[in-house]
Amino acid sequence: MTAWEPRITAFLCNWCTYGAADLAGVSRLEHPPNIRIIKLPCTGRVSPAFILSAFCQGADGVWVSGCHPGDCHYIEGNFYARRKFALFKNLLEHMGIEPGRLQFSWISSAEATKFVEVATTVIETVRNLGPSQQFVKKAMNLEPEYEFRKTG
Amino acid sequence: MNLQKTTEKTGSVMVVGAGVAGIQASLDMANAGYFVHLVDNSTSVGGLMAQLDKTFPTNDCAMCVISPFLVEVGRHLNINIISNSEVESLEGQAGAFHATVRNDPRYIDIEKCTACGQCRQICPVTAINEFDCGLDLRKAIYIKYPQAVPLAYAIDRSACIGCGLCEKACLAEAISYADTPRRTVLNVGAVILSMGSSVYDPSGLDTLAYGRHPNIVTSLEFERILSASGPYKGHLMRPYDREIPEKIAWLQCVGSRDINRAGHGYCSSVCCMYAIKQTMIAKEHVSTPLDAAVFYMDMRTYGKDFDKYYTRAKDEKHVRFIRSRIHTIEPLKNGDLNIRYVLESGDVQEETFNMVVLSAGLSPPPSAIALAGRLGIDLNAYHYAQTADIRPVNTSREGIYVCGAFQGPKDIPQSVMEASAAAASATETLADVRWTQTKVRELPAEVDFSGQKPRIGVFVCNCGINIGGVADVPAIREYARSLPHVIHVEDNLFTCSQDTQEKIKQVLVEKGINRVVVASCSPRTHEPLFQETLREAGLNKYLFEMANIRDQNTWVHMASPAKATAKAKDLVRMAVAKAAYIEPLPQVMLDVTNSVLVVGGGVAGMEAALGVARQGYQAWLVERGHQLGGMARQLRSTWQGEPVAPYLSDLIDAVHRHEHIQIFMETQVVHVTGTIGNFTTTLVTQDDEGKEKSTVIPHGAAILATGGHEYAPTEYQYGAHPSVMTHLEFDVAATKQDNRLLSAKLAVFIQCVGSRSAERPYCSRVCCTHSLKSALWLKTINPDVQIFILYRDIRAYGFRESLYQKAREAGVQFIRFESENPPVVSLTPGDPSEPNSSRLSLTVTDHILQRPIILNPDLVVLASAILPNENKKLFEAFKVPANADGFLVEAHAKLRPVDFASEGLFLAGLAHYPKTIDESIAQAKAAVSRTMNIVSKTAIMVGSVIAVVNPERCAVCLTCVRTCPYGIPRIDPEKGHAVIAAVECHGCGVCASECPGKAIALKHFTDEQINAKTDALFQAA
Repeated sequence: MTAWEPRITAFLCNWCTYGAADLAGVSRLEHPPNIRIIKLPCTGRVSPAFILSAFCQGADGVWVSGCHPGDCHYIEGNFYARRKFALFKNLLEHMGIEPGRLQFSWISSAEATKFVEVATTVIETVRNLGPSQQFVKKAMNLEPEYEFRKTG
Repeated sequence: MNLQKTTEKTGSVMVVGAGVAGIQASLDMANAGYFVHLVDNSTSVGGLMAQLDKTFPTNDCAMCVISPFLVEVGRHLNINIISNSEVESLEGQAGAFHATVRNDPRYIDIEKCTACGQCRQICPVTAINEFDCGLDLRKAIYIKYPQAVPLAYAIDRSACIGCGLCEKACLAEAISYADTPRRTVLNVGAVILSMGSSVYDPSGLDTLAYGRHPNIVTSLEFERILSASGPYKGHLMRPYDREIPEKIAWLQCVGSRDINRAGHGYCSSVCCMYAIKQTMIAKEHVSTPLDAAVFYMDMRTYGKDFDKYYTRAKDEKHVRFIRSRIHTIEPLKNGDLNIRYVLESGDVQEETFNMVVLSAGLSPPPSAIALAGRLGIDLNAYHYAQTADIRPVNTSREGIYVCGAFQGPKDIPQSVMEASAAAASATETLADVRWTQTKVRELPAEVDFSGQKPRIGVFVCNCGINIGGVADVPAIREYARSLPHVIHVEDNLFTCSQDTQEKIKQVLVEKGINRVVVASCSPRTHEPLFQETLREAGLNKYLFEMANIRDQNTWVHMASPAKATAKAKDLVRMAVAKAAYIEPLPQVMLDVTNSVLVVGGGVAGMEAALGVARQGYQAWLVERGHQLGGMARQLRSTWQGEPVAPYLSDLIDAVHRHEHIQIFMETQVVHVTGTIGNFTTTLVTQDDEGKEKSTVIPHGAAILATGGHEYAPTEYQYGAHPSVMTHLEFDVAATKQDNRLLSAKLAVFIQCVGSRSAERPYCSRVCCTHSLKSALWLKTINPDVQIFILYRDIRAYGFRESLYQKAREAGVQFIRFESENPPVVSLTPGDPSEPNSSRLSLTVTDHILQRPIILNPDLVVLASAILPNENKKLFEAFKVPANADGFLVEAHAKLRPVDFASEGLFLAGLAHYPKTIDESIAQAKAAVSRTMNIVSKTAIMVGSVIAVVNPERCAVCLTCVRTCPYGIPRIDPEKGHAVIAAVECHGCGVCASECPGKAIALKHFTDEQINAKTDALFQAA
């Protein structure tokens, strides 16, 4: 086993930040390979349950990123995301997840450099926090209930 | 593809110029039953808009909003993009033209090139990057910009040294140094010219020192500097020393409104707004305070929400706006620039800036002027296509239409509107050959896999060496074999190449594969291509999942190949996990009602109804009043001087006569149900005896052209003296040769009456032009009259500037006043025994003398605002939004200026925003074109990635009803749960994530599918 590397799940909207991630590729902007992207139509689709699920499964960090305010392909989906996560972040912190493990940003599809900057910041922040402990153990205890969620 | 020349009418059309206007015109026509040849002399479509960083007044990212259009036009079955080509000649006549097109060599086979970029990596030659305005370098083998369509490289032979390295590197064998020009003859029924604009080159203006100092840039260069994908990656730096500027000056009207040096007497219409945009964006780009100063003559923020934008820049962003004329720019030794300028008062000032942006105007591209010459169409004095106001998109040659900036300098929404208008006009005479040249893809029936376990095939792409050169593709392939449900794996040199696609189709059928995973590039560029292959093999196109192992992996982790391999395995595992859960999403076919309801019987409404009828479909025209014509009944002439009355009576006549139009006078819309393709609207008509009769109309689309009216002033003694009139009353009086006009010795026009006020913070757009035109007319019939125009900014945009010039030449005097110090009109009592003998007295502070002057006018004309008509109930019935000023809100300020966010509903005319009659006509025709995308079809396909409600879990809590950005979910009282119309859902998934009962699932992105990915990610690799 090599040295510990943070594992980060990113929920990105199809229209803006996912496009920025592609553009970073087209522009060959090297950055650390710790992020695994899950593409969604809109950050408005991201349910807090997805984030909890990621932490339960062992994510050290979760990053949600969408379009800038006013740029949303679906008019206002990103505002719903913002509102929801402002609250959810507090709740997570209350549950003992350190601030910094869950991050949000707004990156347009033309902002490849910003994508790389934010991705690097997210990775470094999580790296400094170390492996996520809070939910991983509990997830094992809660397996039956978790199964229920999957089928329900 | 040399075709036989025919003299028969053809259902193909040609669009020349693939900027945003050309793209819109092409999409409109291709979606309404015509085959489109889209010709552009560049290697990619996109035009000027693709070079912009942001767009005003919403500050949207330009590339983000245009790229879905680029992709759509690039993949459209009925659009043939002919890049790198010029139209050499056009023979024949309307309905049956023969166009000879010269395809210049690109030295790359577009069919073979996969845009993998290996050639660019190896090319040893650097050349100037024109896309970045020369601020950057590129290779001799290049792609215009990353989102280019067609997505293929080209060789710049003026830079290429012919070393042959790219030919060796290209595994797709796409390079052909021997490429030569080819000629193609196209049979087309109509031609649309949308060659756009070039940006004025200020190097001829020696006092501005452009070209002599790197820190003096044009606005387009500055746009690239701001762009995140530009030469400085979005970091605001000045070119000379890459220092972050602390003070930037914008100089307006460079190459515009300048008959002396630039020879451009017109206003470029867009520079005021883009300069404001650039000041605001520039301020956002730097962490230190940026001092932004705009040197201008008149601030022309005349469009929808433009004045608010200007106010925001001034008051919130503290941009300095300095009304002045520039004397010279003098470069200083440290790279700074000293500007000498003259204020209105005549004072000469100097100020030093770190950088200067020249707001360069628009001018027609030389290639467009040459083409117009070959086609034999009339140009105006400034070499733009000449059009008449009542036929705003027709050129002088029948069958050739024009739209966008080649018709006159204009912004994006106006270009898009005209593009749709040109599409409607061009196809009007081709209605009987609709759907004759279009292609239909013959597809096998979809195989029913229900009840079968997932049988997943995984295809891993090497992308030449783009993936395989970094990650271990065979290892990834073998890893995929070990994953659950995977029954077939292979790796390909290029998974997207034509021959591989054929092989994949065979494998899918032979092995009974029912889910496909491709691990390659980005779904944003390639998903539709692979989905097409699936569909051709009989699989539903949603039985597909992609793992992005190139753009988001090997291209960004080149330095860590082992980690890139591990990440690729993770991504493949996640994709396979989701694939096991994905289901086919069949689309449902809905019949379409082939008619259009038009609400409003003004010019916009009548043009819309007539347009629909001429396309061969039924139009229902509803007017609540007792006569047709709307505000145009009072208008004397268009700004170019074309009389309105004969046009209007012809239009009313044509509307009455057309067999496909039914008119409902004194009728109101009371109830609307249904969705795109199938609306049902209830109308209530008041008959002569006051009895109400209701009619139920089925229609596939609707156009709202509910119009506007003139503001009734409460200021300037309006109503208290017969010689104080509004400008529409002036038109009526002029038509009647009213003595108040003929005998006037001193006439004063007051601008911005009721506009640009706290109550109505918008510019009514038409008033400056109208007052200039009225003043000029008054001078002609009454040469002795002395005329003053009291204004805040003269907003004679585009070629209307010529009226301003003529008015000054004719001796009309202009006095500018500040909004906080408006003119005061008072009445001096006259002889008490004589009615109306009181005299008018007017006081205004002169902007040059800086002191009040008193005038005693015998005529005062008020340029009163345009207000939208009150239609609250109607708008509610259609569920369409109006803004704070009461104007209808379009789906997107830039690219969907005639659509509502709700599908199937469109808008035109003054209900949208104040506009001149030519602009109303264009917007009405545009609305017609947009409805043709619906009603020209017999059926539309709906469904796929949409939200669906599980009735058993729905608690009728209304959360979805409240959160949907489009207001689609409704509670069905009979069924007792929420319903989401498949035809209307946009598929964002907000409702699915907000629903507290988990009663809503977004197809293809269900909780189960997304969690499967998350779960798979953290299973041990």
